[in-house]
Amino acid sequence: MKEFATMISALDSTNKTGLKQEAVIKFLDTAPDEDKLWFLALFTGKRPRRKVSTALLKEWAMEISGIPEWLFRESYASVGDLGETISLILPEPEALNTQSLAQWMQEISQLDTQTEEEKKRFVIDSWQHLAHMERFIFNKLLGGSFRVGIAAKGLINAIAGYYQQEPNAVAHTLMGNWQQDEVSFDALIRGEYIQSHRSRPYPFCLAYALDKDLPELGEVSDWQAEYKWDGIRAQLIKREGEVFIWSRGEELITDQFPEIRDALLQWAGNFVIDGELLVSRDNVVQDFSDLQKRLNRKTISRKMLEELPVVLYAYDLLEWELEDWREKPLSERRLKLEELIASREGEHIKLSAIIALESWTELPALREQARDRNSEGIMLKHKYSPYHSGRKRGDWWKWKVEPLTLDAVLIYAQKGSGRRSGYYTDYTFAVRSGEELVTIAKAYSGLTDKEIQEVSRFVNSHALEKFGPVRTVKPELVFELAFEGISLSSRHKSGVALRFPRILRWRRDKTVKDIDDIENIKKLIG
Amino acid sequence: MQHSLLQFRTEGIYCVPGDFYIDPWLPVARAVITHGHSDHARWGMQHYLCHHHSVPVLKVRLGADISVQGLAYGEKVDINGVQVSLHPAGHIIGSAQVRMEYKGRVAVASGDYKVQDDGLSTPIEIVRCHEFVTESTFALPIYNWASVAQQQEQLRNWVVQNREKGKVSVFVGYALGKAQRIMQALEGMGKLKVHYAIAKLNEAYATAGVQLPAYEVLEVDTIKAGLDDVIIVPPSLVDSKLLRKIPDRAEAICSGWMQVRGARRWRAADAGFAISDHADWQGLLDVIKGTGAEQVYVTHGQTAVFEKYLNEIGISAAAVTTRFGEEEETEETPSTNP
Repeated sequence: MKEFATMISALDSTNKTGLKQEAVIKFLDTAPDEDKLWFLALFTGKRPRRKVSTALLKEWAMEISGIPEWLFRESYASVGDLGETISLILPEPEALNTQSLAQWMQEISQLDTQTEEEKKRFVIDSWQHLAHMERFIFNKLLGGSFRVGIAAKGLINAIAGYYQQEPNAVAHTLMGNWQQDEVSFDALIRGEYIQSHRSRPYPFCLAYALDKDLPELGEVSDWQAEYKWDGIRAQLIKREGEVFIWSRGEELITDQFPEIRDALLQWAGNFVIDGELLVSRDNVVQDFSDLQKRLNRKTISRKMLEELPVVLYAYDLLEWELEDWREKPLSERRLKLEELIASREGEHIKLSAIIALESWTELPALREQARDRNSEGIMLKHKYSPYHSGRKRGDWWKWKVEPLTLDAVLIYAQKGSGRRSGYYTDYTFAVRSGEELVTIAKAYSGLTDKEIQEVSRFVNSHALEKFGPVRTVKPELVFELAFEGISLSSRHKSGVALRFPRILRWRRDKTVKDIDDIENIKKLIG
Repeated sequence: MQHSLLQFRTEGIYCVPGDFYIDPWLPVARAVITHGHSDHARWGMQHYLCHHHSVPVLKVRLGADISVQGLAYGEKVDINGVQVSLHPAGHIIGSAQVRMEYKGRVAVASGDYKVQDDGLSTPIEIVRCHEFVTESTFALPIYNWASVAQQQEQLRNWVVQNREKGKVSVFVGYALGKAQRIMQALEGMGKLKVHYAIAKLNEAYATAGVQLPAYEVLEVDTIKAGLDDVIIVPPSLVDSKLLRKIPDRAEAICSGWMQVRGARRWRAADAGFAISDHADWQGLLDVIKGTGAEQVYVTHGQTAVFEKYLNEIGISAAAVTTRFGEEEETEETPSTNP
């Protein structure tokens, strides 16, 4: 496991893509094939189920190190990661075990059939034979939660470079539904496996935010304008009678949207469509908060299907009759998409309408009104563009509506995890409700590292609690929050829920007297 | 219980019968200084008393004209009837615990300390006492340092790895204490080039008779670094224009905080080494137990946690608020030579 630990450690200690790729290549150079396969499996979320509960791991670690539970919790609050906390508080290893990652995974997978006593013996023995970083990784593998610190794109490019493959093909391969006990590493990387799989999605084509004036894009007639919908970006695949729905997070979500699945099952042909899943009633797209009610449920009730009907707004056609269409120009793909949808029945799959434009001057006003349609803004796609893999500058642009904003005061702060574990980075904000304060939102991002340090110092010197991860602070620091939408909500004390709240800036010029009142904020609800 | 010798005042830690302060943060008449870091040795005292080796450091930092008296370890002076002596704290050069004895009662204020022998500072001496003032910078059981030999090996291996990749190694560490430990670890690994702020303090080491490896002062205007060089700079130079002049470089931060992944990622250096001049968890406990103190005062760091833990294991402890650690070594470091 040493090569794997060395790579994880290197990936951890830098945020430079080049150095991360260097670490991956070193791993590919030195690790056995079976370990490489496990690495890809872990990276793509094909992790084994949790074998030992984190509560037990914690209990055993406290027992060995003789630490009371409250002190363990304090340590955890400081480290921000359970597996790492355990690894740090354990005594130094007695000797080092040098078996491979694959061997470890083999042993871990056998835990399923073991008693708690046997598991305990195995875990404690392993802890005593692993160096710190390996021990941390071992805990992660046991707990069934493992994140590898490199972005998909960086990893794919590193692998593609090393094996002299097309990055697209590698991305394609990794994303699919392969099982590591059915493939060999080499065959997988060389794309021999994907042929046999109907489920394989393509990497999504993503847009950058528009950073120039519209006329600089050239002729308006060269561009296709659409509304940018605020739902779940999805790829719908139908091949040889089977239907798959993939989210942009590369998760299969087919069964969460039975109405879409069933409609596609009725459709003739083989195709891959890119689109947005939205709740839509009487041809009106509803707020994201409605779609949210449909997500992550085990079963979707009939009532839910009636009250929150989901529609796919189709953007693009990536594959037709098993032929990859991504290199064809958008105009041609669009024509085929229109033809495909027009010739088939059903109310659950619609075209994302093209906005007819005579000149660029019409567009700013349309963007201004986008929110009235529950749209996030405008998408601009060059009519001759191919369907790129990932984010590529130039052919697709998103032009989002300006966010809504409000001023709120910081009332609770919590230490972050991971990179930010040493500082208070997770904040809860309140606005005024008459003479009182009501919480309005939690926000995590938007401050610079320097500002986070400054806020952390404030929290440290103004906190009411001494222990635990959350601190109540004197309502003094005012921040301007940006958000994409607002809806009524019974789950929140303030009575409203904000969509994608984040910190826009620290308003050092304002005091708690200047923050917004909830009654005024409610007026923003359309 | 006998009356405590110490009071915690707005000016600093006060020795009541002796009428003097230890490491005060506001100007007072008489200050006993544990060591030369800027959060312990502050400007504006009428008179300073510290270890001989801290005298040149104080003069470099607070001005050559300060009124300062140097003491040897173990040497006793009488201040208003209190027997005052300094004992090694193992933190940095000249770092001392202040022992105060009055009518048979002994209090020790330790400033910052560590148990590991770094080969540069005089190793810590555990002093028996009734009252003990301890720091708590790394008072969590997650902080356990590797041995000095292991740490030095890590640094050297990293330099070798960087050279294989054609990169110049840049180390970041406090100018006083850490930088010299880095130099010592890398002796013989090439030409050591240190920033001016470090060189200035290296002279204080020389004055104190401590032998450091040969080094050059980094030429900041015409910075040229070859693969045989090792660069050492203070923390204020992270992300500076100066460092960006070295195109193929790898930066490593040397600090106890680097023990935790999150902290390493936060700093986003190429490497982080958990090397500290403070005691780790076990170190703190060993020293406190060794003093036999019946009352412990916990200053700067994990005060609430450490207070609670010590009380739980049967050592009477109270957290006290000080201004130590709040801006340890963050003072402006000149980016150009004068």
